[in-house]
Amino acid sequence: MDYIYHILIICLIYSIFAQSLNLELGFTGLYNFGHIAFFGIGAYASALLSLKGVSIPVAIMMAMTIAGISGGLFSIPALRLSGDYFGIATFVFAEMVHLIFLNERDLTGGPMGLPGIPRPDWIGSGITSLPLFLVFAFFAAFATFLLLRRITNSPYGRALKVIREDEFVAQALGKNTFIIKTKTIIVGSIFAGLAGALWAHYITYISPSDFTLQETILVLLCVVLGGKGTNFGPVIGAFAIIFFGEFIRFIPIPSGYIRFVAPFQGMVYGFILIVMMLKRPQGIISEARRSSPKNA
Amino acid sequence: MLRLENISKRFGALEAVNDVSFSLENRGISGLIGPNGSGKTTLFHLITGFYKLDMGNVFFLDQKISGLAPHVISQKGIVRTFQQTRVLPFLSTLDNLIAAAPNQLGENLLPIFFKPLKVAIQENENTQKALSILETLELIKLKNSPAGDLSYGQQKLLEIGRVLMADPKLIILDEPTAGINPSLIRHLVKILKNLSDQSIKIFLIEHNMPLVSELCGEIFVMDSGSLIFSGTPDEIQNNERVIEAYLGRKA
Repeated sequence: MDYIYHILIICLIYSIFAQSLNLELGFTGLYNFGHIAFFGIGAYASALLSLKGVSIPVAIMMAMTIAGISGGLFSIPALRLSGDYFGIATFVFAEMVHLIFLNERDLTGGPMGLPGIPRPDWIGSGITSLPLFLVFAFFAAFATFLLLRRITNSPYGRALKVIREDEFVAQALGKNTFIIKTKTIIVGSIFAGLAGALWAHYITYISPSDFTLQETILVLLCVVLGGKGTNFGPVIGAFAIIFFGEFIRFIPIPSGYIRFVAPFQGMVYGFILIVMMLKRPQGIISEARRSSPKNA
Repeated sequence: MLRLENISKRFGALEAVNDVSFSLENRGISGLIGPNGSGKTTLFHLITGFYKLDMGNVFFLDQKISGLAPHVISQKGIVRTFQQTRVLPFLSTLDNLIAAAPNQLGENLLPIFFKPLKVAIQENENTQKALSILETLELIKLKNSPAGDLSYGQQKLLEIGRVLMADPKLIILDEPTAGINPSLIRHLVKILKNLSDQSIKIFLIEHNMPLVSELCGEIFVMDSGSLIFSGTPDEIQNNERVIEAYLGRKA
């Protein structure tokens, strides 16, 4: 039972993370391959603050703020690039953040990471705290869902789609695409920061190796598999991907082959990603009812 | 209304627009013609801010607009279409129009949460306006279809509708009738004349000479990046230089 709680909590945290990426990738067409950086910034910020004695809700709020500000600062240079170049800039940014976690030992503890991150008092610690943490994660994920749905169903959300479909048209219609995209990255980063902070307080130990390209691909997969540009898609994608990852553990594998499990998992994720791109690019939940592209 | 002063644009060795100056009458429809590659579309990109000028100034309602970003120029009331149709394929036909409404409160994040009522009221007004435009364009039955499913001609109409939605003072159309069938062209002509009667200024690039002559009070002719002539349709048709530009020089 505890194991189920554990998986559900991870699913919920990833659903927040995937929803935040979906705002950028699915709705605005910003291919952010460095979203893990903001998850990491949120995790480290909340962990460091709470280890310094700041109360956890305040630490999480501050972590979200710091992630949001980082997103804003990042977007000023990065959004001067378009399309593929923007994607590369995001990728580089994530590497930079990873290297800062790794090398700023005085601040981040370097490769040893930060142990002993507290959980909120009312939740307690250890195995017995799992149900309450699940409730906590559920409310965070639910609030994220409602807020992002409100945003994406508004005229602002429609403007995001206009930018995604054709940035020149958006400009010709008087939309300040730079400001709109910057706001999107700030909001996306705030919620990625929330997911990261929850992760830190749940796992109670973080290290730089938690925030690598591997995780970026995982969350990308959640969005693409679930259905980008939809509100439910990334949530479903997160549950599907996390459950699948855990399911692999139960395949009976001779002990000599255990070391192949992790690479195999990565291979399967890559395979799913390729198949989805080819066969169902819209994901499990599809955004438009449009059946096939017409060129007439 | 719109005044160009000595504007130039060069791409490498190519003088795409070379020292062009003219101003548009305040009313009616003005046309821009010229052979392919004469710099018409480049000129439109320069007016609307999509290309940066190398030299010269553009004034709109006596305000300098050259150097401003495209979205700022659009907000000042110059709204354009593109030569290739550029509808938003995954958005519904209706959303394509509503998205074009200017000054939407709900396009800012805070009002979505703190002034939801105002946002909803404005959204409702915009929806009504979009529906009435769809009615005029005879696209109302397709309001919920993704715009990508519309025929080419319908997409062209939708683009015009999108421009109308933006409350323009000056509409800039790049080949509005290219590739659409004759009956739809008549429909479009009716719409354009109607707009011009509502004192919305129209400036268009068009290759269809009979149509240009029918619609436009004044016509500008470009060749190899330069403005070679301007005048009424009758003057243009009898002008030696214009005929030369289209048909080639006498040996």
